[in-house]
Amino acid sequence: MLKGNRYLQIGLAITGVVTVLAVLGLFWTPYDPSAMNSAEMYMAPSLRHIFGTDNFGRDVFSRVMKGISTTYLISLCTVAMGAAVGVIVGALTGYFGGIVDDILMRVNDAVTAFPSILLALVFISLLGFGKYNVILALGVAFVPSYARVVRSEFARHREMNYVKSARLMGATDRRIMFVHILPNTRAVILPTLVIGFNNAVLAEASLSYLGIGVRSPDVSLGYMLSESQSYMATAPWYVLCTGATIVLLILGFSLLGEGLQQGRR
Amino acid sequence: MKQRILALFLALMMVGTVLSGCGDGSKDPDVDGNHGYLERVKNNEIVVGIAQDLEDSLDPHISASAGSREVLFNIYEGLVKPNSDGELICAVARDYEITNGGRTYTFFIREGVQFHNGQTVSAADVVYSINRCADASGGAPLVAAFSAIEEVKAVDEMTVEITIKAADLDFLSYLTEAIVPDGYDKLATAPMGTGPFKYVSRSPQENIIIEKFDAYWGEGAALDKVTYKIYEDATALVMALKGGAIDLCSHLTSAQVAQLDTKYFQILEDTMKLVQAVYLNHKAAPFDNEAVREALCYAIDRQQIMDFVAGGRGTAVGSSMYPAFTKYFMPELVDYYKYDPAKAKDLLAKAGYPNGFDMTITVASNNKPHVDTAEVVAQQLRAVGLNVTIQQVEWQTWYDETYKGRNYQATIVGLDASNMTARAMLERFTSTSSKNFTNYNNPAYDALFAKAIAATDDAAQTAIYKDMQKMLTETAANLYIQDLCDLVAMRHDMTGLQFYPTFVLDLSTVSWVTE
Amino acid sequence: MKHAVKKLGMMLLTMLIVSFLAFLAFQVIPGDPTNTILGTDATPEQVEALRAQLGLDRPFFVRYFDWLFRFVQGDFGTSYSYSMPVSDMLSGKLGVTLLLAVLSFTLTVLVSIPVGILSADCGGWLDKALTVTGQITMAVPPFFTGILLTYLFGLILHWFTPGEFVAPGVDFWGSVAYLIFPATAIALPRIAMTVKMLRSGILGELNKDYVRTAHSRGNDRKAILYRHVLRNAVVPSVAFLAMTIADIVAGSVVIEQVFAIPGMGRLLFSSISNRDYPVVQAVIVLMAFWVVLVNFVADMINQRLDPRLRLQ
Repeated sequence: MLKGNRYLQIGLAITGVVTVLAVLGLFWTPYDPSAMNSAEMYMAPSLRHIFGTDNFGRDVFSRVMKGISTTYLISLCTVAMGAAVGVIVGALTGYFGGIVDDILMRVNDAVTAFPSILLALVFISLLGFGKYNVILALGVAFVPSYARVVRSEFARHREMNYVKSARLMGATDRRIMFVHILPNTRAVILPTLVIGFNNAVLAEASLSYLGIGVRSPDVSLGYMLSESQSYMATAPWYVLCTGATIVLLILGFSLLGEGLQQGRR
Repeated sequence: MKQRILALFLALMMVGTVLSGCGDGSKDPDVDGNHGYLERVKNNEIVVGIAQDLEDSLDPHISASAGSREVLFNIYEGLVKPNSDGELICAVARDYEITNGGRTYTFFIREGVQFHNGQTVSAADVVYSINRCADASGGAPLVAAFSAIEEVKAVDEMTVEITIKAADLDFLSYLTEAIVPDGYDKLATAPMGTGPFKYVSRSPQENIIIEKFDAYWGEGAALDKVTYKIYEDATALVMALKGGAIDLCSHLTSAQVAQLDTKYFQILEDTMKLVQAVYLNHKAAPFDNEAVREALCYAIDRQQIMDFVAGGRGTAVGSSMYPAFTKYFMPELVDYYKYDPAKAKDLLAKAGYPNGFDMTITVASNNKPHVDTAEVVAQQLRAVGLNVTIQQVEWQTWYDETYKGRNYQATIVGLDASNMTARAMLERFTSTSSKNFTNYNNPAYDALFAKAIAATDDAAQTAIYKDMQKMLTETAANLYIQDLCDLVAMRHDMTGLQFYPTFVLDLSTVSWVTE
Repeated sequence: MKHAVKKLGMMLLTMLIVSFLAFLAFQVIPGDPTNTILGTDATPEQVEALRAQLGLDRPFFVRYFDWLFRFVQGDFGTSYSYSMPVSDMLSGKLGVTLLLAVLSFTLTVLVSIPVGILSADCGGWLDKALTVTGQITMAVPPFFTGILLTYLFGLILHWFTPGEFVAPGVDFWGSVAYLIFPATAIALPRIAMTVKMLRSGILGELNKDYVRTAHSRGNDRKAILYRHVLRNAVVPSVAFLAMTIADIVAGSVVIEQVFAIPGMGRLLFSSISNRDYPVVQAVIVLMAFWVVLVNFVADMINQRLDPRLRLQ
């Protein structure tokens, strides 16, 4: 699958680097990301500070690393939450169909009518700010889209021969759903998850950029972007390095998603 | 392979464009050629940038925020008003007499003072305005000091006599309260005063427009029109300044100012005339514990805060009084708690918090100096073991929930004086004050305050006010920081801005320089 | 025709559910609106009086239908923080956001269709360059593009003055001149996606049998492309473009913040922060209605373009 699949190769490479930075950022950064130093304010990138320093003399690279960790973690949790609930709802409705399916899907349609960022905004306004509320809000906001994909897959597989024969052999519904069908839908679900991850990154960045996402001392890439924007003239490296990191993070995963879809064909 | 080289090339090209774009600041085409700007000079009007919207009610007797007062100052006048030296000068009144052992104030209304609707000010309007402020039917009077009023009456068409229950040295300062037309009921939405500017329109979260009032009794405004534009986002504010959308803006940080081109802007420096502090909610544990508050006082490095926020500028304070109040300010309190993180840790441990505690600092997101201060303060408090988070909220939310609702742990804000009395700074910490959002509750302090307002001798009163300040410091009421450095950016070809010892922005003297 | 009626019914039903969910969400919110209005030291009598005045003492469904009935008539309630009708607050902003949406949509269509065709038709290095550029463009969040555009065109080149937005009602073309930059920020990733979609659609069609047949009959490649292929390839893109409109409106929330544009997005954002629920509710429901409506229209257009879909 990897061979000859450019998208997958480049995607994996970028994602790999970013992931290493994210994991590393959890345990170690070159400087304390929140340590202020009035002697080193607004320093341009150099060997000492490869991404320069910000208005408080903090090391931008350390902050970027911390920021990737936070953004990454929030997005992962969001996807995990959205997918877990989405798969269960999608599987049940897709497999059993009927009136419950009709009602749930109608509600689902209605919910997907709200763009997910708006939905997250509403949830945040109900729950309050902070890291965990962002995860919860985005997770809930992403459930319908996963549920929809999973549902259509299950509805398709329900009528296939292998499911029919499993049913004849007396397998329980639960077993058919999660042991027989689910693994067969991975080719569709996996790219959806990867794309979902990207949407989560974008949504988290937007929320934090708007100032209603994570709070200090937490650092996320979106939060940093809103911070750094004020200093664009005096410290352009701050905004550029932060922005470029977000781009890289999203680019890596979108190439990965692309590659996975191509590998399926 | 070919594809990869191409990708690399494209990426480099994009980065190159962006970087060269950023480095090219010197090649600015003339900002002065900006169309809107030329138009404004021609029309003799300016745009003033403000970081916060006014309150939903524009009623001058109700509005509590410094930001609202700063704007309304140009529209309203009292019987007397402060000048830029902090002295009271006559405004709507032409002259006044104080008789009856300091209990009776007789005001002679200036001839020909008009409201913006053309109506001439008479005694009835003054009596109405004073009574409105003193009206206690809603619980407390709109202006607390007016509860001392015994009687207000119109002696004749142009003379008003106010009698107070006991002589009060500060009383005159409170007569800066706006004079409004008798019975006028649209103050909340359509201000109507006697000031050099008249209110034109308002669009929430966008702008407030005022125009020169031609029939003003005094010198009159130099400008024909002023538009206040609201930029609640600090970045948008700087962008607007840089781009030429704003001609005048105060309360900037040194980082914001550093981005402006001095070719187009002159930077004026003053102090903000307020007391910036980490105000603590004394009803929220553990800030009900004096030992904890005291410990935290030692954890604050004020010089570092000033270094980060204003490039080292600003004036440290040690109590609820800022230096412009030369009569009351006590320099000896400034260093009452010297920065000493080790001692802070020690005291915290003794107070029962060896491992610190969780603390949330709420700060209004539109106010960049306070936001930056919060970031530095949080870092300093973390250094002594506290787990500090910063909650940025919209100004309106801050006002509703933190200030009015008193629902917070700690907050950073600047408190100013509505007039030039010590009372304006100190009354809010009495336990019954409706403005006491810190819930500071100290019977000894209340007693001192009662003594101060009853004092008839100026020296004695000043001494008591000083004792009150000292008490605030000694009980570590709040973590006092500084009177912020106020950086004002104004177009290079504008002139006439005067600084006041209170938090106002007088636009009547501001003008374009014309050849 | 019968199908259209059925779809219309579905759309109305979805709108009903949307409005119900929105209403429900803002009923279960922790915190009482009376608190926001009166502050915390109000007496119980004052609270009771206000509850009655706001109609909060009536049963849930009565309130819902009352609200819905008023809503469709354009009465969106009263803002808590500005004590003015929500519809008055919306009136100016709706036009701004709509103009922004229309501009970015127009940009998306105008740029993506020719570029998509070019990319598929020319192939070779140009195609590759476009593909790579597109892939990167898709990864740049609109608000970051916005920041870069403000800096480059606003502060360096002075093509526009950031923060000096004029309402379309005052100076329409001045407004457009300002909005073109935020519109570009929103449109760029959409353009990249549409190009990609269109390109693969065209390439897919070109490999089909009927194209080969036409080819073997000696038809010109260009003629085949424009006469047959495009019509078929464009169908999925139209659906995609329709969904774009929905996303554009959502994207405006962030972009309006970047460019300091007083539109629906800024209003929504600040109302959320102020807990001004009537405004939030109205904006959210309007946006959702807009999305449902757009999806419906897209569905209809699809049917026109692709007769196969009509049978379902």
